[in-house]
Amino acid sequence: MTRMKNRKLRSNLITYGIVIAAFIAVQALQSAGRLSSLMAGLLVPLCVYVVLAVSLNLVVGISGELSLGHAGFMCVGAFTSAFFTNLVKDTITISGLRFFLAILIGAAFAGIFGLLIGIPVLRLRGDYLAIVTLAFGEIIKNIMNLFYIGKDSAGYHMSLKDQFSMGMEPTGKMIISGPMGITGTPKDASFLAGVILILVTLYIVLHLIDSRDGRAIMAIRDNRIAAESVGLNVMKFKLMAFTVSAGLAGAAGALYAHNLATLQAKKFDYNTSILTLVFVVLGGIGNIRGSVIAAVVLTALPEMLRGLSNYRMLIYSIVLIVMMIFNWAPKVLEWRERHLGRFFRRGREEVM
Amino acid sequence: MAAILEVNNLGISFGGLHAVDNFHVTINQGELYGLIGPNGAGKTTIFNLLTGVYKPDEGIIRLDGQDITGRKTIDINKAGVARTFQNIRLFHQISVLDNVKVGLHNRYSYSTVTGIFRLPGYRRTERLMDEKAMELLKVFDLDTSAEILASNLPYGKQRKLEIARALATDPKLLLLDEPAAGMNPNETAELMETIRFVREHFGITILLIEHDMKLVSGICERLSVLNFGKILCEGETSEVLHDPEVIKAYLGE
Repeated sequence: MTRMKNRKLRSNLITYGIVIAAFIAVQALQSAGRLSSLMAGLLVPLCVYVVLAVSLNLVVGISGELSLGHAGFMCVGAFTSAFFTNLVKDTITISGLRFFLAILIGAAFAGIFGLLIGIPVLRLRGDYLAIVTLAFGEIIKNIMNLFYIGKDSAGYHMSLKDQFSMGMEPTGKMIISGPMGITGTPKDASFLAGVILILVTLYIVLHLIDSRDGRAIMAIRDNRIAAESVGLNVMKFKLMAFTVSAGLAGAAGALYAHNLATLQAKKFDYNTSILTLVFVVLGGIGNIRGSVIAAVVLTALPEMLRGLSNYRMLIYSIVLIVMMIFNWAPKVLEWRERHLGRFFRRGREEVM
Repeated sequence: MAAILEVNNLGISFGGLHAVDNFHVTINQGELYGLIGPNGAGKTTIFNLLTGVYKPDEGIIRLDGQDITGRKTIDINKAGVARTFQNIRLFHQISVLDNVKVGLHNRYSYSTVTGIFRLPGYRRTERLMDEKAMELLKVFDLDTSAEILASNLPYGKQRKLEIARALATDPKLLLLDEPAAGMNPNETAELMETIRFVREHFGITILLIEHDMKLVSGICERLSVLNFGKILCEGETSEVLHDPEVIKAYLGE
């Protein structure tokens, strides 16, 4: 048993270590002036996608449910946090504290949305759940597109129609203006903050998996009927995984929102959800470390290949195929187990 | 002796088919009771009724005097009924040890926050759960396989793990659905010993469905024989197995 404990601990430490090592390497490159401005601009989005992939893996890999609405929760987190920051940017001037609160608020609202949406939709399974979550993701995005909120000397004004129906004084300031989104959010996000968020996300997800509730979540994934027969409340644990995952996606959304001058809801469409799912599947379903690596590689690659212009997408697709073979082909898995077993323990076994 | 399970007039229909009709049984504390019958006689349906997978159309189920008719599976488990399945249903992608620890879920508790942030209760409770789970695994000679994935266990051991997991919920009544299915005679003989040991050691009552006559006649004190959803015969094992009706319906001429 202690051997198993040690292996889990070591596996977790390796995952944290990879993230920290990558951070240090990037910092070194940056201070040596070896990082192109393109790559430097990609650092925060990279962190956003890593957090998204890890959180989605909690639903897809650990809870075993296919969710295609992850961008929706990210959207909730992005807008609530950016809204908060715009409200308090004159009162709280310490950007670190302000950003910390913004992330908490983004995560909390996304978590609440996850819970509220989870209650009806988690009754469905498989393809049905996938379609309904996809729909909810789009609904959230479209609703965010409708919000107009502004502030003038008389206080706050809100409308779901347009800017002029709010009856705001001409000197008033728009905070959210429909499809134009939120502008003027201070750029509080940094690579350091992103890496810290990744580490916190990993800490939460890895520890949840290796706890009493995590075991229950995986037991329900493996056999729902048997799980009920030993007294587990299926709905409770499915909701737990879904809510935590949504909350973390909200935190990722907050990070994303504070890296942009203009935040628009149209960014959070199903393409983002599908992309996140691609990271999870190619990194290995249920393999948290795999999600981190896949998200980094697949986000950075298209930018790094920009010089190859026309061949860019060709190489990208080849990498996708190679990753899929590396993570899923039985022969390769066997080979990995034999030669690299210690470092690349596959998917769910790592969870053990 | 006190009755641990009392079932009266239990019935359920699927469409026009009376899968179980007017089933009754009284099982005493500490008894080993057998439920036999040809394929499709309704044995597993009765297990599903007893554990709340199906809601009975009629009848009353009392566990230790408490009415559990029509309650949810998880509540029935909490009231003290645990089961195994005819087609093995393990949590196959987690370790053998974790399978048993899932069974212990409702007996040892710490909050989600304690689990995530590794607050003091986590270590203590996990250690207790590990000890208890290993104790159970030892009973079934599974302690040496504790760390492997449940799906990697050989078939016979998977059946044993199911029993260990059910026992982890600390039941008063254990329902075993064909525990010897697919086992060779040696494994069956060993399983008989284990079942006997479990009853003595844990002081529980066992109701089992079985096809293997040697197992049934070897360990069950009383039997009910089902045919087409109805009770054909019930009583002491030796009497029932010599009943001409039973021989005709079940064992063949």
